[in-house]
Amino acid sequence: MSNPRLPRPDEVPGDVPAPDRDSTPPQIVTPQQAPQEMTVTSVLNEPTADAPTDQIAAAQEVHLATTESRENRTARLSTGVLLALMGLVLLRLIFATHGKATFALSDALVPQAERLPDIVLPGVPLVVVATVVMLAAALAFLFGRRLPGWVRGVAGAGAATALVIGFITWAAAGRPLPFQVSNQLAGTLVFATPLVFGALAGVLCERSGVVNVAIEGQMLTAAFTATLVGAVTKSVTAMLVGAVLAGVLMAAVLALFTIKYIVDQVVIGVVINLFASGLTAFLFKAIMAPKPQLNEAPLMERIPIPVLSDIPFLGEVLFRQTWLVYLAFVSVAVVSFLLYRTKWGLRVRAVGEHPQAADTVGISVTATRWSAVLVGGVFAGLGGAFFPASTGLFNDDITVGNGFIALAAVIMGRWKPILAACMALFFGFLQQLGSQVQTLGTPINSQWLILLPYFATIIAVAGLVGRVRAPASDGIPYVKA
Amino acid sequence: MWKDATVNEPVSSQQAKPAPSHQAPSHQAPSHQAPAPQGLSLRGITKRFGSLTANDGIDLDIVPGRIHCLLGENGAGKSTLMNQLYGLLDPDEGEIFIDGTPQKFANPKQSMAAGIGMVHQHFMLVDVFTVAENLVLGREQGPFGTLDMRSARRTVIELSERYNMAVSPDSVIENLPVGVQQRVEILKALANDAKYLIFDEPTAVLTPQEIDELMAVMTSLRDEGRAIVFITHKLREVRAIADDITVIRRGAVVGQPPRDASEQELAELMVGRSVSLKVAKQAPRLGDTRLVVDHISVADDAGTVVVDDASFEVKGGEIVCIAGVQGNGQTELAEVLLGLLPVLHGEVTLDGRSLTRLKPKEVLRAGVGFVPEDRQHDGFVGTFSVAENLVLNQIEEFSRGGMLDLGRISANAEQKVQEFDIRTQSISLPVNSLSGGNQQKVVLARELSRPLSLLVASQPTRGVDVGAIEFLHKRIVEERDGGTAVVIVSTELEEVESLADRIAVMNKGRIVGIVPAGTPRDVLGLMMAGIPHDEAVAATRATPADPNQEDA
Repeated sequence: MSNPRLPRPDEVPGDVPAPDRDSTPPQIVTPQQAPQEMTVTSVLNEPTADAPTDQIAAAQEVHLATTESRENRTARLSTGVLLALMGLVLLRLIFATHGKATFALSDALVPQAERLPDIVLPGVPLVVVATVVMLAAALAFLFGRRLPGWVRGVAGAGAATALVIGFITWAAAGRPLPFQVSNQLAGTLVFATPLVFGALAGVLCERSGVVNVAIEGQMLTAAFTATLVGAVTKSVTAMLVGAVLAGVLMAAVLALFTIKYIVDQVVIGVVINLFASGLTAFLFKAIMAPKPQLNEAPLMERIPIPVLSDIPFLGEVLFRQTWLVYLAFVSVAVVSFLLYRTKWGLRVRAVGEHPQAADTVGISVTATRWSAVLVGGVFAGLGGAFFPASTGLFNDDITVGNGFIALAAVIMGRWKPILAACMALFFGFLQQLGSQVQTLGTPINSQWLILLPYFATIIAVAGLVGRVRAPASDGIPYVKA
Repeated sequence: MWKDATVNEPVSSQQAKPAPSHQAPSHQAPSHQAPAPQGLSLRGITKRFGSLTANDGIDLDIVPGRIHCLLGENGAGKSTLMNQLYGLLDPDEGEIFIDGTPQKFANPKQSMAAGIGMVHQHFMLVDVFTVAENLVLGREQGPFGTLDMRSARRTVIELSERYNMAVSPDSVIENLPVGVQQRVEILKALANDAKYLIFDEPTAVLTPQEIDELMAVMTSLRDEGRAIVFITHKLREVRAIADDITVIRRGAVVGQPPRDASEQELAELMVGRSVSLKVAKQAPRLGDTRLVVDHISVADDAGTVVVDDASFEVKGGEIVCIAGVQGNGQTELAEVLLGLLPVLHGEVTLDGRSLTRLKPKEVLRAGVGFVPEDRQHDGFVGTFSVAENLVLNQIEEFSRGGMLDLGRISANAEQKVQEFDIRTQSISLPVNSLSGGNQQKVVLARELSRPLSLLVASQPTRGVDVGAIEFLHKRIVEERDGGTAVVIVSTELEEVESLADRIAVMNKGRIVGIVPAGTPRDVLGLMMAGIPHDEAVAATRATPADPNQEDA
């Protein structure tokens, strides 16, 4: 009776075979697998006669042993299956690949003398390599329960690269035109620009605890306003200012209903999107259709940055873009700085996580949320200005779902500005890839290629992201007790 | 026993210290006399929520250099009162004075500026922030709106050295044990140099050792000349540390007993009638082993092993209490018994039959009664009536041909309301409208209305008033005496002591040991921190022995 201490796992010899619901091997962490966790406990169990409470204080951070949960297991296996399926697709592409694939490093418009040489590679072996990498990655996920996390990370990155290279090789092999690598990358930046702005708008809003599904509506209204202002003033600056004002105005509508009137945040977001779509379509018909001169926005010029734009390849990709593209990437740094390096940012994050805690130290939750939503509106507005600035006119629903893809980028980017911007780049890459592959003249129906980024969004959000941790009070209105 | 075993230090320092120079408040509840010239005075504070009067003309004097205990049951209005003091609520009537000057606190910022600090029951800490970030939130330093984290970190280190409370500035709150989180919460108030510190139910989440540490901290803050308000419903703690005591019942001050008032006196003042604090309990008449938990392991959604290789047995007619600090796997262990969580490995058998693969419904059929930890969430349907909630788990039995047999449901409800002394105006009122204690009686009445082989009750008396605790404990002991195996999960050592025949202590998902009832508190406390029984006994022997230790 005095010491009925139970045998601990480290005292049990070897793995005890035990009944398991899924007939998988026992998933208990054995001492060999997790020596660190064991050390923590054994430190705690060290008998010391004096001041036992010090031991408790010493073990400040709680670390429990971990094993693979059902959820993680499902995520790992479904990723594995997905990669295996892609591997099979690549396998099929091996037999559809003929001849050599040409990759052009310089744009076709670059004068002959300055051009970088084309890279010509045999098609079939390249696709074979891609297939092998993809299948190996699939195996790593399917059977790699015990592999360390970074191995899986490498496998995932390898699989993604293999998929892209295999696909492009197949598309480019045997075609008269080369695959434009620099074009692909430069285009990625262009397509990613509205997504980056939209994602920043979403990150700012949601970090403060206001769910923003209205990015699309904000951008659409801004796009319309930008067109009108641009057509009237013929000034790019005025156009941007108009777009920003429109974005902030729509953000104010969102803030008013979510913060002041505590309407369900998702519902009001959807309503704002519908409202924006209806309003711009109506105004387009009422104002722009009868007077086409009001639908002529000034196009943004590409501005090569001196010196940097002369760097071979990189210069062409990065430094011959429009102001808006540069601004997008500067904005990522700005938002990141605002959120993590300023008092305001700390308060925004606090209010999105635990508004009551912020309230009890004298921070106004309402004012902080308002400010974050409105600053978000600035970026949504800039994102909206991208569309008329690159096409020169406004169309019904010209934003074509970019606001929603930006929302996906926010979630996949785990509400972090830099990661969200990377996700925006990923979607931009796919959009540009779709249009590039079209020009190569592949047998794939062009409609499918247009769908590419949306497919990727679904797969990425549903399958690869798994459970992410949103700001704790995202979407929860704050009502004082 | 409590006084000597747990707060040697505060008591001795109290004796060493000359009597406080400030005048102690009178022990009679004064009717709106003039505010004290020094310290914090509340006069006639009244707060109503709709038809409910949460605070009814409360007078209170909080004097620097003293610990003022605010004693009252759950829902007596203690927290409401303090929230008005902290600027979170506006009083409907009454005034707040500091050093004789009237004050108005529209928000926490103003009361903080007046020197009031609060250690909240539910910590006001952002879980994903570091200690330093939490500490500077709201009073950030740095040029041009930027955030100077280096100075924030320095502040944490300075404060933690000055008040001798170890915290690392870069630890993320959610990785810290509750006791350390509380330290951060205290430092947050001290960073503001609060002269009046309100501790709202600070001991609810702590291990006994952590409670001792907290008491020492409170005492040393008092000796620095700060005024401490200590809100609690635990009588022992009041007896151990209070300089002044104010008892609140149903929103009104009912008395200011002297600090040497007995626990019995305090309890009667608090509840308003005589109560028995100990459950009358015979020695158990043990039957055959009924419940066998064999090497059970459970992981949560994130894959963390929350129950790690737990094994124990419960005989018929025996109560086994699972003790431990909140969040050490007890909740999950209880849920596993009911089949609510999948096990990683291991086996649960009841009367020789395996429960491991059964669904919750089948487990209930097998004769298991379950009182969940969070009754609001899992125990009943709040908007359903008392009568409906009393048959939630036996709808088939109370229906005929797919139709509810309303007559029998009402009859059953009338009988249970009688038997369990459920205080409700009508059996058709929603359960939400009942007090916590009566809600819990509904849950227990429902679970005990079938013949049981096993009763699993998680935190059966959490948020329940003293009177109802007495009743609930009595019913649980009766169920034991009927031959049922009983498992109680509780974080309250008092409850464990009064109910348990044997005690299984959990720490970090492991059962640290299974000890007999009557094991001393400080041994249990060390075991709750993960120290095995023998070593815990050795450690408590090594510290200065306590002559009054009744169990040693």
